[in-house]
Amino acid sequence: MSAPRLSALDLGLVSCQVCALVSRAAPAGVAAHCPRCGAALHARRPASLVRTWAFLIAAAILYLPANLLPIMQSSSLFGAQRDTILSGVAFLWDSGSWVLAVLVFFASIVVPLLKMLALAVLAATVQLDYARRRHQRARLYRMIEFIGRWSMLDIYVVTILVALVQLGVFASVTAEAGAAAFGAVVVLTMFAAMAFDPRLIWDTAKDRRG
Amino acid sequence: MPRDLTARPLIACRHCDLLQREVPLPEGGVARCRRCDAELYRSHPRSVERTLAFTLAAAVLFAIANSFPIVGLEVQGVHNASTLIGAVRSLWDQDRVLVASLVFATTLLFPTLELAAMTYLLAPLRGGRVAPGVPQLLRFIQAVKPWGMVEVFMLGVLVSLVKLAHLARVEPGVSLWAFGGVMLLLAAAAASFDAREVWARVRVAR
Repeated sequence: MSAPRLSALDLGLVSCQVCALVSRAAPAGVAAHCPRCGAALHARRPASLVRTWAFLIAAAILYLPANLLPIMQSSSLFGAQRDTILSGVAFLWDSGSWVLAVLVFFASIVVPLLKMLALAVLAATVQLDYARRRHQRARLYRMIEFIGRWSMLDIYVVTILVALVQLGVFASVTAEAGAAAFGAVVVLTMFAAMAFDPRLIWDTAKDRRG
Repeated sequence: MPRDLTARPLIACRHCDLLQREVPLPEGGVARCRRCDAELYRSHPRSVERTLAFTLAAAVLFAIANSFPIVGLEVQGVHNASTLIGAVRSLWDQDRVLVASLVFATTLLFPTLELAAMTYLLAPLRGGRVAPGVPQLLRFIQAVKPWGMVEVFMLGVLVSLVKLAHLARVEPGVSLWAFGGVMLLLAAAAASFDAREVWARVRVAR
């Protein structure tokens, strides 16, 4: 069975991103709304690549303070210690919790980095009309969408430590500026992934120029 | 135009825009895109009833989870324990307003809004009635869903427990178990929720 492979766009149709109803696209320049659910209709997410790059660049800039600045400070009778994300992983590793050390290393360091790289590759290949490896790129996008949220892990670890370790002179923990930068990186990469439209991967150069 | 264009509803893949015809699925079946292999839709037997049951159970456990301390800590007679909202307040009091807001939104506000919206949507639907504002509500649920991160929070609690175990005696609270339950029930609710069926019922009821 080899029916012609046509996209909704090819046939002048548009699929609602909220309720999935397929309807006829409005003429260019007319704001269209889904006849079933009233959501705004766009054949492709508006300004997808520009917005993806904007969020990505912002995330990449904040990635530096997120990893270089301490995310928390622990003070006790014996002095104070400032922890970055990486030194937090090292602490887990040294204390023998290898499984958790690897887990936190992946969630906090590998995932954000991979996510930014992967989105940059996806946006760049679309922009350069690269027509190969579409299946791999589609799978890459779906993976990024799924794992991005797990980077919030360290934010919650700091939250719990800050709340519990308030034992006066024995020990206290405060959150530091790195935590805010790191939280911003996670949020910005999620926005970047939401701004990117995976359908662009499958569009031909002709589709993109309209 | 070919004659069969009116036969079955059209669906465009969310991931690659390939236009396809919907096919009826066997119970528990999944329809995948012919081109990019992304999931198009799946069959959810008794979706409304099951999602409502999981949602209500999650709401009850979520209330319990937020009423008791998550973990307690004891070092040389000094004791401390904190609820989730207490933890948010500690961050806020340290002037970490951004981090406090982020934690509040992802673990408390968005999950609560999602549970409330799902209940408002599904409870009347079970009796065949459609609550006013359903299209806006479904759009809202879709927007809020990626930002509720109870399961990531759970993992964060476990990591901090391991870190604290070296420093002090840790006492897992009622709330920790409740959060574990919320996590599983939210996953079950998400897996049984079928927006397609809700849209179908919306149209039938009108």
